[in-house]
Formats: sequence, C-alpha cells, structure tokens
Amino acid sequence: MSIIQVKNLHKYFGDLEVLKGIDCEIEESEVVCVIGPSGSGKSTFLRCLNLLEDVTKGKIVIDGHDLTDQGTDINMVRTDVGMVFQRFNLFPHKSVLENVMLAPMKVRKANKTDAETLALELLEKVGLSDKADEYPRRLSGGQMQRVAIARALAMNPHIMLFDEPTSALDPELVGEVLEVMKDLAKEGMTMVVVTHEMGFAREVGDRVLFMDEGIIMEEGSPEQLFDHPQNDRTQEFLRKIL
Amino acid sequence: MDFNLEHIGRAFPFLLEGIYLTLQITIFGLIFGFILGAVLGMARTRQKGIIYGTATFLIEIVRGTPIVVQALWIYFAVPMVTPIGFDRITASIIAIAINSGAYISEIVRGAVESIDKGQMEAGRSLGLTKRQTMLHIIWPQALKRMIPPLGNQFIISLKDTSLFGFIGVVELTNAGKLYVSDTYRYFDIYTMVAVMYLVMTLSLSLILRRIERRIES
Repeated sequence: MSIIQVKNLHKYFGDLEVLKGIDCEIEESEVVCVIGPSGSGKSTFLRCLNLLEDVTKGKIVIDGHDLTDQGTDINMVRTDVGMVFQRFNLFPHKSVLENVMLAPMKVRKANKTDAETLALELLEKVGLSDKADEYPRRLSGGQMQRVAIARALAMNPHIMLFDEPTSALDPELVGEVLEVMKDLAKEGMTMVVVTHEMGFAREVGDRVLFMDEGIIMEEGSPEQLFDHPQNDRTQEFLRKIL
Repeated sequence: MDFNLEHIGRAFPFLLEGIYLTLQITIFGLIFGFILGAVLGMARTRQKGIIYGTATFLIEIVRGTPIVVQALWIYFAVPMVTPIGFDRITASIIAIAINSGAYISEIVRGAVESIDKGQMEAGRSLGLTKRQTMLHIIWPQALKRMIPPLGNQFIISLKDTSLFGFIGVVELTNAGKLYVSDTYRYFDIYTMVAVMYLVMTLSLSLILRRIERRIES
C-alpha cells in the first residue's frame, strides 16, 4: 500500500478554489518533486499533507491513517511527517541544540540526555555540530535550513515534506541544503519536495508532478517530464524557466 | 515657599505607611491583573465565538468606566445586592486587577498575534499540540515584546492607586492629604508625596529595562 494516498482533494480559501481535485499516490522511499508556476496550489497541496491547511473535500491517507477522519490523532500522524519551510521557522529564542531537542522532549517525553545525544547526532549529520550552542539569528540562511531539517528529523519521521526549501536562500547557499536533502533521499526517506530547483528534481526525483490551476497537469519520471513534456502548459512553463 | 524639615521628619513615617498600602495594592492588583489579562487576551485571539464575545464585552465595560466608579461599585454596591463584601484593601486590589487586566489583555493579544504564524506551524508540524506550542514557542517570544507596554501599564496602575482615597484607603496620596488637613503644610507634604511616587515609578522603569536587556542578550 502506498504510504501517501490522496483522493479527489479539494481546497477552498473562501470562494477561491485552490485545489480542484488532486489524486496522487506516493510510495515508500519515493522522492516526488512538485513543480509549477506560483499560485498553482503546489504549496497548499503540500501543506494539506500534514493538515496545516484543513481539507475542504477529499481524502488523505498517510501510513494507513485517514487525516480527514475526525477520530485520527493528527498530532501523532504529524510526528511521522517532518516538514521543512521556505522561511525556516526556527525558534529564535532557543539555541540550535534546543531547537532540535524540543519536540523529542515535549512530544516523545524523551529525557534530556537522550534528546541531546540525538540532537548532536543529527546536527553532525547536517554538518553543524559546531553550531549547537549558537542562536538561529547568528546563522546563515543555509545553516538555518539545515538546522530546520535536523529539527524535523529528530522525530524520526518516515516522510519529509519540503516547501520550497531553497527559495529564500542566497544562490551560493542553495547547494549545501540540497546536499543534505540528497543524502536523505539516498537513505530511502520518502520525500515530497515543492521546488524551483529543476536540477535537483531531475537528479534526485523519482517522479515529478507538474501542477497548474489547482490540478496535477502532468506527471512522470524526470526524463519524461523535462525532456518530453506532453502537456502544453508543461511545455510553456519549462520554456520559461529553463 | 517653605520646607520645614521638622514637618517632613514627622510626616515621613506616616507617609511610609501610605507607601506600604500603595505598593501592596499595586503588586497584588497587578499579579491578578496579569493573570486576568492573559486569560482575556488569549480569548481575544480567537477572533470570534462566545469566548471572544464575552471577553470583549468585559473589556469594554472595564475600559469604558472610570476606575473610581469601579472601586466605589465594588466596595459599596456589591455588598448591597450580594452576600459578598470586601474590605477596603481587597476592593482596591480587585479594582486594579480588573482595570489593569482589561488593558493588559490587549497587550497580550497584540504580542501573541505579532509572533510570526510560521512559529505555530513549525511547532504543530513537529507534533506539538496547540497548547504546547503556545507554552514553549509563542509565549516566551511574546512575553519579551510585552515588556515595554507592560511597564507603561504597571506605572499607570501604581498611580491609579491614588484614587482609592475615595473608598477610604489611606494610601500615599490620602495619607498626605490627611496629614495636610491637620497641619496645612501643603507645599512640603505634597512635594514629598510627588517625589515618593517618582521614586517608585522610576525604580520600576529601571527594573523593567534591566529585565528587557537581560532577555535581549
């Protein structure tokens, strides 16, 4: 069974229909990149996957849990779905180490020593163990985003969602974040990545979804979608950005 | 113009007792006022619904009536219609609490709403409940932003205690007034009273600035 199943997903903001019926299945360990023009609904789609946006209509099943069912413990499902934001959203009043330790301690009730060991391990993994005691404002954008990734990984999620993780970064800092993401993909993490980094989508993505006007216009392997796009809108979009 | 040191010396212990009451009413009033303000402020962040409506209603009543009238009402009117009665000090503390609470609620609401929405989203995405995210992420950041406006409110409340002479509390202002009515030493006593208020408010400002700077670094 697919780890993520989305059926006929609709989302309205007031009268505005942002998602107009999305159907999508994502397999375990798959890396799916979502591309498309701004306003196409790709971020909203991603945010629906851990219910940061409530769903107007349709069904989302993650790891066998139906998110749209009232009885589902959404906090529990969220611990299994890590999220990385465009604007990092680190906790500015906490040190880098505390940022990573917080969720394991408060949600999993891990003791301080275990949480610290785990946090240091994860900071090592994203190459920032020397910044453990710094505060977020003293880091570069790329470093902040790597801390945010470590923070999400601290809950040991099976799925990671990335919402334009490199869009707020200076160009020279994009690479270090993409490297960390590449490593994650290699380890078999299931990833859904909304991105403008076509190079990353092509190299790391198993599948690419092209979204426009609230639906998935076209999907396929990176080779299919980038080299032989079928849909007119896909062709037009790729012509503009490549 | 005459400063008479003998009178000042004699008035001093009397005024000191007034200061004691002024501080007692201010401190306890503000402690309860902050709790009330936090509860009402959080209710106000909901934007709609019964809880929001009730909180807004209460705040408007308190903000729309003078604190003297509130104190008179609590001390004299409430015992007429209920079996509850308060002594003068308690009535004063309640008046400061509801009054500062109404204003503090807006300070709390403003500070909480000023925290970037991404902070709540980040907390929730990690599996923290809304309550946990409020407690560990939003409040610590909001508290820092509350300090300057809270300092204002603390000073206002301290000075508002000067009105409780109306219900017979011998706080600093009233103590001065009583001493003057016996001695007619208007100038030296009222100057002394003013200086004593200044010493209290300036110390308060200084303490709050210290706290703010400590959190900053």
